[in-house]
Amino acid sequence: MTHLETELDKLKGDITGMFILVQKQLNKSIQSLLTMDKDLAREIIAAEKRVNAEELKIDRVCENIVALFNPVAVDLRFVFASFKINSHLERMGDNAKGIARYVLEMSEKFDADLIAKLQLQEMFSVANKMIDENIAAFENGDSSKARLVFEMDERVDAINFAANNIVADYIKANTDKAIHLLNLMSIIRKLERVGDLQANIAEEIIFYVDAEVLKHDKNFHNKI
Amino acid sequence: MTPKIETKNLQLYYGAHHALKGIDFSANANTVTALIGPSGCGKSTFLRCFNRMNDLIDGCEVEGQILIDGMNINDKYLNVDELRKKVGMVFQKPNPFPKSIFENVAYGLRINGINDKKTLEEKVEKALRQAALWEEVKDNLKKSAMSISGGQQQRLCIARALAVEPSLVLMDEPTSALDPISTSKVEELIYQLKEKYTILIVTHNMQQAARVSDRTAFFYIGEMIEYNDTTEIFTNPKIERTQNYITGRFG
Repeated sequence: MTHLETELDKLKGDITGMFILVQKQLNKSIQSLLTMDKDLAREIIAAEKRVNAEELKIDRVCENIVALFNPVAVDLRFVFASFKINSHLERMGDNAKGIARYVLEMSEKFDADLIAKLQLQEMFSVANKMIDENIAAFENGDSSKARLVFEMDERVDAINFAANNIVADYIKANTDKAIHLLNLMSIIRKLERVGDLQANIAEEIIFYVDAEVLKHDKNFHNKI
Repeated sequence: MTPKIETKNLQLYYGAHHALKGIDFSANANTVTALIGPSGCGKSTFLRCFNRMNDLIDGCEVEGQILIDGMNINDKYLNVDELRKKVGMVFQKPNPFPKSIFENVAYGLRINGINDKKTLEEKVEKALRQAALWEEVKDNLKKSAMSISGGQQQRLCIARALAVEPSLVLMDEPTSALDPISTSKVEELIYQLKEKYTILIVTHNMQQAARVSDRTAFFYIGEMIEYNDTTEIFTNPKIERTQNYITGRFG
């Protein structure tokens, strides 16, 4: 293995580590939401500092590789993609922290029936599966797995879209719970954003593996 | 657009060794083309085809067409001296003549029959300016060319090549013996010279090829494996061997 290959391999390990860290943050945020576990929510907020530190570390690794090794072709695409994936993952961490903040602000547990009706757990489950596919795609340089993510993002978007009317009807019937319901809507928006970020990550993986630019390609997937 | 230079099914043999295998190549005027590839791949041999430098090598045989402005120069009746007035060359190591700075640049002009002092002075100044050397040597034109720095010597050699106003400039690893500052000056010069000249450059420095050229040709064991826009070659090469070479995975 050449020196450059060793450095790229380390970068791959760092990004995979960041994926896992952020996925854990997201899992905990949903768990804290469903169980109204405020200690867990505080843990997420504290761990966000680690996510930020990891982001800065990976940024520096990318910078060093470009400056010291002048990568080209697939290596250059890998470093650029990693740099952007890193940023998307950090923003995903922000969304997990945002969910945790709502949990801390809430005085009562979210309405279980409403959560079921909004398909919040399904939304979370799909978002989580998107992360799994992206991790596998990134680790193995397998763009076919990354391409699966776009369809999943459509499912996340559909749940988000349907939530508008459901929450609007609930607010009309429960005006005293308006803030509570608006917070729930904000949480759904954050999960929808997680889906978008995973779709962005899938685009970066396809760019790295296949040298294909899908960004802003409305013909390919006009939902992002 | 007629290409400035072109080869058609170019075959070159050094005795029994088949050094260039059916190269079909073309480059437009006012472009810089980088020739890259591992040692012994044929890139310098290919470069030397355009000024018939290979003629000087015993046992060398060239087949196929080598065209400059549509004229086949691979013709035994061609006047090689006339060809070399149109095709300048810069070598790996600076090779100034043991003469003054002025006389180095004026050398080719005098050989071409220009002896008028004023004309010589004008052409020498013009060539030195084009080579981005004038400001550094204008007060010392009588100084020996051997006394200036390596980077200045190489730019002097470029000025010497430009003085006879060639239309094609061949550069064979022109910065491999230079320090980073001199290298950067020569690279900047190449970028500016393409406004007036067509340049072919052999380099082992991948980043230099990426920085200075419009098109890049990758050679391997006598074959031109891939030839494309430099941005394509260095971001998304189409052939795996090219990718393996430029990413340092072989060669």
